[in-house]
Amino acid sequence: MNSLSLEIAHALPETILAVGAILLVLIGAIRGKESDGPMTELAVALLGAALVAVFLGSAKEAGAVFNDSFIDDRFGDFMKGLALTGSIVTLLMSGDFLRRSGVDKFEFPILVVLATLGMLVLISANGLIALYLGLELMSLALYVVAALSRDDARASEAGLKYFVLGALSSGMLLYGASLLYGFAGTVSFGGIAAAIGGHPSTGVIFGLVFLFAGLAFKMSVVPFHMWTPDVYEGAPTPVTAFFASAPKMAAVAISTRVIMTAFPGAVSQWQQIIVFMALASMALGSFAAIGQTNIKRLMAYSSIGHMGFALVGLAAGTEAGVKGVALYMAIYLVMTLGTFAAILSMRINGKAVEQISDLAGLSRTNPPMAFFLSMLMFSLAGVPPLAGFFAKFYVFMAAVDAQLYWLAVIGILTSAVAAYYYLRVVKIIYFDDPAPALDRPSGTQRAVLALASLAMLLFWVYPAPLVEAATAAAHSLF
Amino acid sequence: MVIGLEHYLIVAAVLFTLGVAGIILNRKNVIVILMSIELILLSVNLNLVAFSAQLHDLTGQIFALFILTVAAAEAAIGLAILVTYFRNRGTIAVEDINMMKG
Repeated sequence: MNSLSLEIAHALPETILAVGAILLVLIGAIRGKESDGPMTELAVALLGAALVAVFLGSAKEAGAVFNDSFIDDRFGDFMKGLALTGSIVTLLMSGDFLRRSGVDKFEFPILVVLATLGMLVLISANGLIALYLGLELMSLALYVVAALSRDDARASEAGLKYFVLGALSSGMLLYGASLLYGFAGTVSFGGIAAAIGGHPSTGVIFGLVFLFAGLAFKMSVVPFHMWTPDVYEGAPTPVTAFFASAPKMAAVAISTRVIMTAFPGAVSQWQQIIVFMALASMALGSFAAIGQTNIKRLMAYSSIGHMGFALVGLAAGTEAGVKGVALYMAIYLVMTLGTFAAILSMRINGKAVEQISDLAGLSRTNPPMAFFLSMLMFSLAGVPPLAGFFAKFYVFMAAVDAQLYWLAVIGILTSAVAAYYYLRVVKIIYFDDPAPALDRPSGTQRAVLALASLAMLLFWVYPAPLVEAATAAAHSLF
Repeated sequence: MVIGLEHYLIVAAVLFTLGVAGIILNRKNVIVILMSIELILLSVNLNLVAFSAQLHDLTGQIFALFILTVAAAEAAIGLAILVTYFRNRGTIAVEDINMMKG
């Protein structure tokens, strides 16, 4: 049963994206035009086809293919669904922005497809080699995307910073991978778990630490978060929206998979690392965001904080914790995409603006947008009964069940601090004197903002499908 | 003296440390950072090949080949980004990369 067709069947979404990306490059080269034309639509169709393939494939049995280096299971399907959704929505809502800023190059959709392919490989990686290749495919595409607007000094500086720090982090990850290979004698996660048993050697612990340093960079958690605010601020806003959504899903997914499948025998070692990263990220995400005036920078610190909250569930190391992480990432994805739809539509007389003060008095100039954006801010802050509250509830409950009481307590305290700056945005929108009115957003931006906001607002009415999918995803890792 | 696994590991660890130090301490030139990144990747390759010989297992060498390939792509992209940066700013000194403070 190990024929090529079976392997392709398990890797169908990846195959679609790989073949499709090559075709897109060909089409782009033959057209010979700079502008993106139908490339965005083609890329969205391709990603949509991959999403359908993920859904259709989720019913079949889990299986490890390609010499045990690639695993297709429910957890992977869930996270792939999120990553693909993030890419598709980013592409849909960014076309208008890129056209107006004159960077609607046909390379952007292709690079997004390639980065997404890297994410899918990363999510399904079942060994160190597949992990590295997926991670690099994702990162190399992201480096280019960050510097997409070639004539903008800030964007190329963002690209350069991201590249240097990203290359350093993949070097650390690789060094950890080489130590793990040497001391465990294999690159497959299952084999590493078997070789470690219950007593990891010093070499394995070193490898674990370096591996997590690399993964922490991709998740942008403290102490490897330095690039996040600068890259978020410098890169064009659609690129920032992409960075904040899809790659985070892949990075959290692979961290979860590595911990659960390769290091079940080294719980006390990795738990210390994850608990520290969660605490530091939650604290930094809450306190450093307070003084920000640029909304993209604010979202950068917000994303650092949210990754910290997601890691609380991971620190628990239980099935409930993984379920919490999966659910948290799903809800975080919707909140981020909705918020960035609003940020993308911030224009005054055709010129893009990104200061929080530009939103002042939005409730009088554009009441629907003010309402939807405020709901997203309440959800990001974790105010019940919005979805952001349930996301935090599940991870904190998992931490309490795993007897990490003080982690949960500090998490709740920092989320109270974080609420301050989210509510400050709401205050600026509703109670400050109106700034010049924003231009009317494009149709897709309005649709994404409204849908994301309503989904967060009404999540409590019918949460069952998402919770059940997250439960099944978590169950497949144990 | 027999050259054993630990000697290779020590050399690789020294190279890795040099590479990381080169990135962190260097205040002059971004090209030096690119060279340091290559140094890190090569130290990893040395590690992998040494382990591979020690374990009589080919996986490590295959991994090393993949790393070589990716390192080439990474250097190409790094230089391309560096060129666009230089066109915009007219400098590649590390201390000038400070338009945004993070």
